[in-house]
Amino acid sequence: MLHIVNKSPFERNSLDTLLDTSPGGAILLIEDGVYAATKGNAFEPKLKAAMDKFKVYALQGDLEARGIADRVTDGVAMVDYGGFVDLVANNKTNQSWL
Amino acid sequence: MSTIKKFMFVNRKAPYGTIYALESLEVVLIAAAFDQDCSMAFLDDGVYQLKKGHQTKGIEVKGFEKTFGALEDYDVEKLYVDQESLAARGLTAEDLCVPVEVMSRAELGKLMDEQDVVLSF
Amino acid sequence: MASIEVNGKSYEIDEEGYLVNLGEWNEEIGAYLAQTENVTMTEQHWEVVNFLRDYYNEFQIAPAVRVLTKAIGKKLGADKGNSQYLYELFPYGPAKQACKIAGLPKPTGCV
Repeated sequence: MLHIVNKSPFERNSLDTLLDTSPGGAILLIEDGVYAATKGNAFEPKLKAAMDKFKVYALQGDLEARGIADRVTDGVAMVDYGGFVDLVANNKTNQSWL
Repeated sequence: MSTIKKFMFVNRKAPYGTIYALESLEVVLIAAAFDQDCSMAFLDDGVYQLKKGHQTKGIEVKGFEKTFGALEDYDVEKLYVDQESLAARGLTAEDLCVPVEVMSRAELGKLMDEQDVVLSF
Repeated sequence: MASIEVNGKSYEIDEEGYLVNLGEWNEEIGAYLAQTENVTMTEQHWEVVNFLRDYYNEFQIAPAVRVLTKAIGKKLGADKGNSQYLYELFPYGPAKQACKIAGLPKPTGCV
């Protein structure tokens, strides 16, 4: 399953709950969700620990808009809008966490 | 001339994901244009607003990082940033696009108490 | 939405006559918008209009009149950085009129 998260981990617990509940799959961080994938932030250890179960992606345009494309957590793959579409198409189901 | 009040704008939201950050900045400029004594506080995800290097072309949204640079022209020079919020996000004052005063949450709270008007975004 | 026609091309304007897409602006459009404001453009007018465009490029906003006055004084000298000079050039408000001619949105803080 592809999980899409669009909220900052500091403002909402969507990502937190997703990591606690899902057995694994792919996570795409978009909009304010991309803040979870920055080096040195307090949520980073939890995201890193989840990386053996999840492949984590972050939307490039949203990282660039927020000035953080140069400090993305190691192991997180940047994707563009085309990559977004591929992820949705290649996963049987997807869930947008609000 | 009407009386001048101490306004503080409290910013706790990340930029671009919601409209709050841009709205706050516009209201600050309006209040400042009416000669009010304005300051801005940044805490929680609000500190992300000041992260330098916004490139908003890809999301087709007008970027407003540059507008923080105009605050000085509007005599808005009191920009306060919460140290704890920066640290939790792996940021330091060097990552920010304008000069700010970094302080503790308690110091920020004290400043809020001293205002005539506090607007929260 | 309303539009204006300059040199055979049509450009969108908002209900108050401000150009919608500032990227479309050129001097002919500026001159046309000046006419609608009954302003006869001189070198001094263009100086203010160009100053506003530069300011917008740098800070992404059209400055309020007090800020404009101060900033012009800093850059072009005190004889130009005062409201009397600017109101003589743009009688219905330097920020409002000059911004319109410059193809910028209405200044922030302008009601």
